[in-house]
Formats: sequence, C-alpha cells, structure tokens
Amino acid sequence: MIACSTATVDETRALGGAVAAVVDTGDVLVLVGDLGAGKTAFVQGFAATLGVTAPVTSPTFTLANRYEGRLVVNHLDVYRFDGPEEVSDLALPELLDEGVTLVEWGDTISSALPAEHLSVTIRFGSGDNDRSFELRSHGESWQRRADRLTAAVERWAPPC
Amino acid sequence: MDGGRIVNLPGAIGGATMPVLASDAAILGIETSCDETAAAVVAGGQQVLSSVVSSQVDLHARYGGVVPEVAGRAHTERLVPVMSQALVESALEDSDIAAVAATAGPGLVGALLVGVSAAKALALVWDVPFVAVNHLEAHLHAAFLDEPSLELPVVVILVSGGHTMLVLMEDRLRYRVLGATLDDAAGEAFDKVARYMGLGYPGGPVIDRLSGQGDPDAIAFPRAMLHDGWNFSFAGLKTAVINHLRRHPDATTEDVAASFQEAVADVLVAKARRAAASHNARGLCLAGGVAANSRLREMTLDACTADGLAGYLPSRAMCTDNAAMVAAAAWWRLQADGPSPLTVGADPSLGLPET
Repeated sequence: MIACSTATVDETRALGGAVAAVVDTGDVLVLVGDLGAGKTAFVQGFAATLGVTAPVTSPTFTLANRYEGRLVVNHLDVYRFDGPEEVSDLALPELLDEGVTLVEWGDTISSALPAEHLSVTIRFGSGDNDRSFELRSHGESWQRRADRLTAAVERWAPPC
Repeated sequence: MDGGRIVNLPGAIGGATMPVLASDAAILGIETSCDETAAAVVAGGQQVLSSVVSSQVDLHARYGGVVPEVAGRAHTERLVPVMSQALVESALEDSDIAAVAATAGPGLVGALLVGVSAAKALALVWDVPFVAVNHLEAHLHAAFLDEPSLELPVVVILVSGGHTMLVLMEDRLRYRVLGATLDDAAGEAFDKVARYMGLGYPGGPVIDRLSGQGDPDAIAFPRAMLHDGWNFSFAGLKTAVINHLRRHPDATTEDVAASFQEAVADVLVAKARRAAASHNARGLCLAGGVAANSRLREMTLDACTADGLAGYLPSRAMCTDNAAMVAAAAWWRLQADGPSPLTVGADPSLGLPET
C-alpha cells in the first residue's frame, strides 16, 4: 500500500499523472472517495499524462466517457448502479479490452470488476484542499509493478 | 392535412430529385435520452399539436440519480402509450404523419435505443422518413416553440443535468459552441450539492425552493473562471460548498442553498452577457432543465433589461426534456439534410454539430 497526500487540486492532478506513468491497456483503477474528494481531478491528470488533450469532464451523466491519447482512457461513474448486475449497460468487457479504465465509486460494483486492479482511496484532510491517498495493488500484475508505482509516486511527492 | 407528406419535386441542381417538405408537415417526435419518456406531434416545425411527457423522476429519486437500467425499462413500458396519447391529442391520423424523429444522442445509450428503435419501426411501417435528432440541437429549438418571433442571433445558456454550454445561435441550423463546462455540468452541481446536503434528488427544484428563504450573500462561494474565456467549471464550487458544510455543520441550509445557487447563476449570466456583447447578439435565451431555476431566470431578465437585450425564457415544459423540441428540430434538419439512414444508431456522447 502506498500512502501520500496532496494539498491542492493541481497536486491531485499531478498524482494522477504520476500513476499514469505505470499503466497499460487493460488496467483498471477503482477510485473511492466522497463527493468533492477529487476523483475526477485525479483522472484529469492521469489522462493528460497519457496524451489526452480533450477536456476530461465528469462522467456522472453519461456514466462512461472515452478519451483517446497515447492509450484509450475510459472514465466511468457507477454511483447510480444499483448493483453489479446492472453494469451490463456499460459493455464493460469491451471497455476493459480497449483501454485503461478508471471507475469512480467502483467499490459499489466490485464483483463486476476484475480482481486485478489498483484501488485509489481519497479522504478529506484537515485543510480545505488537503487530501490523503491510499493506493492498494490487487492482483499479480499490480504487485509486480509495486516498485515502479512507488518510484513514480515518490518522484512526484514524498510518501506521508 | 394531406399536404403533410414528403413530395418529390425535380431539384434545381443537376436534375437530382430533392425531397421537399410541406410547410405544414406534421412530424412525430420521440424523446427517451434520459429520464423523460416523451412524444409530440409538431406541424411545420412550429405548431405543437400535442406534447406528452411521462416523467420517471419518482423511479430514480431513491437512487439519487437516473439509474440506466431502470430508465431503459421504464421507457420500454411507457413509450407506446405515450406515443398513442400524442397521436390522439394531435387529432391527426397516422397517415397524416410526414416523418418520425427520435433523439439519437447524447444521453444514456440504453434509453436512447428505445426511442430510436421505435421511431425507425414506425417510419418503416408508415413508409415515411426517419430523422435522428441531436438532443442539444433540439434544446436550441425549444425556445422558438414558445417564442415564434425570436430574433437571432441569440446567446443560449444551455444548462441541464448533463450539459452546460454557451451557444451563439445565428440561424436555426447555424450555431457555434462558445464554451462548455470543463468538469461538472451546472445541473450536476445542483444534484451533487443536494445529495451532500441530504435534500434528495433531483437537486434543482429543492435548492431553488430553499433559496427563496435564504440569503444569497451569506457565503461568498467562488465564481470560477468568471472573467476568463467562455468555459465553465463547477467542480470547485461543489467542493467549496462541501468544505463549508464540513466546517460549519450547523450552517443554515437555506443560506447555503441560496449562496450556492447565486454563484451558479452569477457565472452563467455574466458570461452570457459578455458573449452577447462581443458577438452582437440581440438577446439571451435559456434552454435545458436548469433553465427552470427561478434565480437564473430572474438574473437573465435583469441582465437583458440592463443591456438592452431581448430575454427568451421558455416555459418550464419547454426547458425540460420534451419531444416537441425534437419534432421541431427534425423539421429543420429534414429540410436541410433529408432523412437519416436507418443505419444511424444511438450515440451517447454525440456533440453539438459545429456549423
């Protein structure tokens, strides 16, 4: 597990950008955090690192946004799904195959998501813009990348 | 009205046959992009003969937002009775319908497919053109149904749960997106703030109502990018409201609601005014579900009075999702582009065509 913190929205974007340095097509990131925690900001930085130039907006309305950069980035918001059985609307297997997929509120449909994933938990800190992050690797491919991920995040900011 | 059908006349260019739409052609419009199942019959792109809307808002309220699976199922159950009612209320026969149009995007794919499939089926059975309509373009046409004398160009503030954009509308099918939200849509900010405050879903109407009893100046919430370009950002405002509530759990709900609503309306109207001035627009126009917000309407009218602009504030029924605007937009599109191929499918992320 990697723990770190950010003090501004831009730092949250930068952290997302750092994590993007170790991903590849087929990867899944599950983003967990309350409203306003910075899930979409994290994805904005993440997508920018992968060369996405289109504005990364909230996926809440359409549930799934797709961006083309060096890799395809799928940005999902599954808050409104009533359970894992409802994700059929998203054509998840196809999405997972063609790009990197970030799932906001993904903990609510975890059984429908691959066991191999990186979970990113964001919590509010003491100051208005302070956020603490926990990055947890699930599955072999993420375990294998743990050192690279730690290095990427450390280069950006020291662990807290 | 047997003049309602498409008739083929020899075209002027290269002897090709161009379809010409009778000026009073009646189009059946279908709207199922989100959580309203709607059908309407509109003659000549202007005269609303019927407009039926079956709202699913009660079905989705307990989830705090539109649940795609629930929406798709509800559209399937409701569309046929809604279409039948629209046809009966229009007092036309099936054979009077010159074309069938449906919203093809943007929206929820499972919801869009219900309307698109129904429209194609009817078009085939009745042997009339099918028209795939862009939901955002339909919103731009809504104001004309209430205000036939609307004078262009206007700057349209198009605000809903899924969209926030500033559009310069120069002609019926000629417009330019000046700016859009970089993160959350305005309506989404209302929904999410309401969700955080435990006010239920949808957030717009309840925040509007509570704001009436609150002080809009109580809390100075940020106005992001107020003087900076034409784009919008509402995620920071949402977070500022959440931060305020975390710091002041005993804050007066009405004051928080009013101050939040003021910040949203302030940014929308300030940018629209500036856009109208720099593009020599003759008026400001509201569109989309958030256009029902009373403070936004009031502020828009005040701005128009101050700047010598015409203010076009469609009725609540025309602001929110409906099928009359779909049938109206279809009438213009059919004249300009002809029928849509039946191979056109639903496109959940369809953008506004730049013209």
